[in-house]
Amino acid sequence: MKKQLKGLTVKSIEWLSEVHILLKLHDEANSMPEVVAGQFVEVKVENSQKTFLRRPISINFVDYKENDLWLLVAVVGDGTKHISELKVGEKVNVMMPLGNGFPISNSTEECLLVGGGVGIAPLLYLGKVLKDKGHKVTYLLGSRNAKGVMMMDEFKKYGDVLLTTEDGSLGEKGFVTNHSIWNNKKFSKIYVCGPTPMMKAVAKVATEKNTECYVSLENKMACGLGACLCCVTEDKNGHNRCVCTEGPVFNINELPWQI
Amino acid sequence: MADLRTNIGALELKNPVLTASGTFGYGEEFADFIDLNKLGGYIIKGTTLNPREGNPYPRMAETPSGMLNCVGLQNKGVQYLVDNIYPRIKDIDSNLIVNLSGSTVEDYAKAAEILDSLDGVKAIELNISCPNVKHGGMAFGTTTEGASQVVSAVRKAYNKTLIVKLSPNVTSISDIAKAVEASGADSVSLINTLMGMAIDAEKRKPLLSMVTGGLSGPCVKPVALRCVWQVKKAVKIPVIGLGGIMNATDAVEFMLAGADAIEIGTANFIDPSTTVKVIEGINEYLDRHNFKSVKEIVGALEV
Repeated sequence: MKKQLKGLTVKSIEWLSEVHILLKLHDEANSMPEVVAGQFVEVKVENSQKTFLRRPISINFVDYKENDLWLLVAVVGDGTKHISELKVGEKVNVMMPLGNGFPISNSTEECLLVGGGVGIAPLLYLGKVLKDKGHKVTYLLGSRNAKGVMMMDEFKKYGDVLLTTEDGSLGEKGFVTNHSIWNNKKFSKIYVCGPTPMMKAVAKVATEKNTECYVSLENKMACGLGACLCCVTEDKNGHNRCVCTEGPVFNINELPWQI
Repeated sequence: MADLRTNIGALELKNPVLTASGTFGYGEEFADFIDLNKLGGYIIKGTTLNPREGNPYPRMAETPSGMLNCVGLQNKGVQYLVDNIYPRIKDIDSNLIVNLSGSTVEDYAKAAEILDSLDGVKAIELNISCPNVKHGGMAFGTTTEGASQVVSAVRKAYNKTLIVKLSPNVTSISDIAKAVEASGADSVSLINTLMGMAIDAEKRKPLLSMVTGGLSGPCVKPVALRCVWQVKKAVKIPVIGLGGIMNATDAVEFMLAGADAIEIGTANFIDPSTTVKVIEGINEYLDRHNFKSVKEIVGALEV
């Protein structure tokens, strides 16, 4: 699908935790382009002394009825701080849709969607698309504590939601890989997005269970178009692959992770 | 509508706007955003005789008004370019220019010879200024002897327009420019990136895998303008200016300082349609100041 530069209007901006915002952007002029779950956008940051490049942010949800794009953003540095300070009605320049999304099977499958931290972002839309296509969706979302658990009402629309927190304040105590579901249920596909150690841990379990598994990487990026070759990840064959155009979603079999 | 046509040696450009190598892929990455046929020329990703994996990640660090990179010339080699990429991009109605790099003089010459046989390649931009490779690259571009050696060798192997891309990481860029002119270059382009580094104080670690990298973006523009100004006075061959050009005003400034044409680099990352906007903006500037041809503003700085 064609990539485009869009001038979107901030419809709402809501703090979901101490460091996360949900930004809803509306297109007043045109309809939202077709998006594959797992794709991302590059947001231009205006009026910052420090931030020069766009910020790559995964697509949390596309609401075609409202013509809205949802971005769940972790406010971690100067660029995302500027994004968090946007006001309702302000214009944002967004390049989209970028990268390849999660592959989805044509035959009905039991899917496990594993997310950690802000990595839960692309799984919301993925769950919707999977459910619409008749797949069975189970979310397994991990967080440090109950405060980091976000958008539960939204996730519950598309599947069962299982939680883990490191301090046990919500759901089962521990990491996502410690959850009892792994012993109780067999899945045909696992989709993962979150911190790299978490994705590697899930990939290990998936390999042991011989389950097809896809992860979404978030390397530092400049162009987002496969031109600058800054965001590469080394694949299993020792070749540097562009995360922005050959990913961000990779089958774990393509990666050199020590599994 | 002013006349935007200009020349780089024997090469005719429909306008003075080119793309800087390493920031524009092979052109096709930007086809969703701009009509590639509108460009004066498109200088594609740095190519070497043999495939190169480039440097490890992380390869990029953002800086105020710019960025550092240490990509290290990742590419699949000249033969892959010829067999797989060239057929897809050769018919764009613009000037296809290949940025060529190498580790040895022989490598440069061999690759240049291969490119010489391709009708669709209108010029080579010889990269003797990449700061991110251990052998070759900038090593050739920081001495007059090294620069002369590699340019002479490529000149023998390549018959069409030969542009040599210069490094600002030298004591006198004018001396290097004069040396490559004397060795047969048809034009010089400048500047390549300025060598720099970035540090994570909390972790006490460098932000780039190679520790150092090349700085680009608007933060280097004043240095680049100065280099163009100096080199224009030192050589007779056409000068192509680049370094932090974000808009048409920046482009005009380079031309006033002496650039016959300009390249758009890092700006492509912020706005992939920058090139076309700059072409339109240069035309608007010329009309507003009653210039009939873009050539009239080259070196027109009133000092």
